[in-house]
Amino acid sequence: MDLNDTREQVNYRARVRAWLEEHRHEAPAEQGEEDPAYIEARRAWQGKLAAAGLAGVTWPVELGGQGLGPIEHVIVGQEIIRAGVPNILDVIGVGMLGPTIIAHGSDEQKSRYLGPMLHGDEVWCQLFSEPAAGSDLAAVQARAVPQDDGSWRLSGQKVWTTAAHFAAYGLLLARTDADVPKHKGLTMFIVPMNADGITIRGLRQISGEAEFNEVFFDDVRLDADAVVGGVGNGWGTALTTLMFERLTIGLGSESFGYKAERYAAAIATDAHARIDPEVRRRLGELSVELLAVKFTGYRMLSALQQGQIPGPEAGLAKVTTVRSAIQGGDLIADVLGPDALHEESEWAYMISYLPGLKSAGGTEEILRNTIGERVLGLPPEPRLDKGVPFSELRAKERAGVAAT
Amino acid sequence: MNLELTDEQTFLRDAARDALSRVKTVAAAREALEDPAALPDLWLTACEAGWTGLLVSEDNGGAGLSAFDAMLVMTEAGRVLAGVELLGHLPASSLLDAAGDERVGAVAEGELRACFVPARPPGDLDEHWTVEPPSGSVRMAAPVLGTGTRLSGSVAWVPDAPGAGVFVVVATSASDGAPVAVAVDGADASVERAVRYDATRSLGHVHFDGAPATVLEDVTAEDLRRAWFLGQALLAAESLGAVETALSVSVAYAKERFTFGRAIGSYQAVKHSLVEVLRLRENTYALMLYAGWAYEDKPDEFALAASAARSSGGHALDYASRAMISVHGGIGATWEHDAPLFFRRAQLSRRLLGGVGDATDRVAGELLSAA
Repeated sequence: MDLNDTREQVNYRARVRAWLEEHRHEAPAEQGEEDPAYIEARRAWQGKLAAAGLAGVTWPVELGGQGLGPIEHVIVGQEIIRAGVPNILDVIGVGMLGPTIIAHGSDEQKSRYLGPMLHGDEVWCQLFSEPAAGSDLAAVQARAVPQDDGSWRLSGQKVWTTAAHFAAYGLLLARTDADVPKHKGLTMFIVPMNADGITIRGLRQISGEAEFNEVFFDDVRLDADAVVGGVGNGWGTALTTLMFERLTIGLGSESFGYKAERYAAAIATDAHARIDPEVRRRLGELSVELLAVKFTGYRMLSALQQGQIPGPEAGLAKVTTVRSAIQGGDLIADVLGPDALHEESEWAYMISYLPGLKSAGGTEEILRNTIGERVLGLPPEPRLDKGVPFSELRAKERAGVAAT
Repeated sequence: MNLELTDEQTFLRDAARDALSRVKTVAAAREALEDPAALPDLWLTACEAGWTGLLVSEDNGGAGLSAFDAMLVMTEAGRVLAGVELLGHLPASSLLDAAGDERVGAVAEGELRACFVPARPPGDLDEHWTVEPPSGSVRMAAPVLGTGTRLSGSVAWVPDAPGAGVFVVVATSASDGAPVAVAVDGADASVERAVRYDATRSLGHVHFDGAPATVLEDVTAEDLRRAWFLGQALLAAESLGAVETALSVSVAYAKERFTFGRAIGSYQAVKHSLVEVLRLRENTYALMLYAGWAYEDKPDEFALAASAARSSGGHALDYASRAMISVHGGIGATWEHDAPLFFRRAQLSRRLLGGVGDATDRVAGELLSAA
């Protein structure tokens, strides 16, 4: 067991730190309004990071990456936080969608899309979730219908889409065959976000800010070569993306900002609260869990470095993070009083953000089902959708409701 | 970074599991509730396996292993509710080792069983070294080392005190109140055996009445702090083992027990509760890694890491032992089942060495002090 950097890692860290030290003055602010000027600055900064080899660290060299391991990826992330500069803008593209194209895309797709993605010239968005397909992602209803000339016509709605309003492309999961069971009739597509028939609307959340979008598709034409990973193979392709999503979240957990030290710092300045046994108990309990998350992240990193792929149990760290961060927000607001709920307060923002995060990437309840079944080997819930063609599912669901 | 167990650690763990499997420790835990003589003496097992010298340097006749290695052995003991007197012995042995005391060779061999008589180090709200009281929440002053190096004072609920050959005591000096480590021969202390609720846990109230003591000269206040938090980490590791058994037994039952035509493990209410045990287990193991790493490489963080591990392990065992009872339904609350033994273990462990609440408060205190 060894948590320390090896000599190679020490050297790598030093090189990364030196570059950031030299170029940090070129970076935009870590956080800013999502106006075109700020987005532009962030894209340019991503280009500089990519040129310096600090983006796509784990991507293969022949595709523009560094061909390094997860540890180096994390070292870069840690040093970027330390330097007080923003990381790449397109975390979803470079962390999740690019690796999906690397795994399943054609050579033409790789050479056309990966370079501009890595350098921030073209930002990407993930078009998976729908109003009626979240945790049960294979229930997507967006339909892509094949045309005689080999092209496709796409109609439907996606939701919870980060960056849709400034993305150049999206990776979209659509139903291409409704007459087979739901996991089988799906196909993954690359969608140009400036295509005719696409409408993007901001989706305001509890805080009032719109960090996500709803995206509507009205008879959008897609070329034949928009298919990624083969027609009817969309579920397998999506699982690759979701695996990289777990990885991106797991390896980036330190950058979420829900750290024990942050809550402690807020309480330390209050002379009464810091000696109050109840405040200390609550701070202690949530800190224990957040410290555990930190070292669970290191465990995952170590396992990756040994060539293991993190399983669904990695999702427990997200459950713990959200739970503890919610407790932390409550605690700080109890100590500070109504002032913590000022709309401009970092705590109000945190308190508003977390209830939604609880369901992001799959609800906590579904995550617990999955872990119970796949990790503990417990028997599954009885399912009514197994082996049933998707087109008959709705009727079956309605019949089920009527029967009760 | 590599957090996988080394080959040596895997061997140590497997050998411990194997050695302890030869004794029916769980059955003994039940019998001993009514007949204390039913408890197996596992000290010989500990000596033969080399656990007694785990934390003693090779120069002094020990194995010179790490705190994390010791935690692995404690996890195996906890897994089968084995009462091996390591919680008292290991911190004491590391202090005797640091002091280069003449008894350390015999202690490493296990010929002489040592017992750490702990005192809680000062924190951000309490500047004193304090010890467990026999009852209630007011902690007592640590024993005092007076003129002629005579030790006086009492410490309650000391793990593994009955039958110990030498006590390593955290005392304060009568002259200036400074903490000082002293060794007292077993024969010079009076030990009142105290059994509560979990018959596998050997506890004693230890009294010193002008007992002749040897000052362990090279042991610093920092060493004494480390010894307290080492105890916290070892108890956390022991709890982790019990959690793992509670989880695997509960999962197995949830697969084979059917109600309303379904295995009960298919119900979300049961499944989610077992996943909660897994979550707490994963958290505790991660913090055990933190404690092991901090002990060797980040001494400034060891108090935080060990306290966090203790807090997590305590909560995990508390939850896991209750879930074990619930998942088994009525049978889980009967004398015939093992679940009550894990519940008894959880109830007593949670209140030892300052208690889980105290460890949680220490986590807060360490973070507030560093903020």
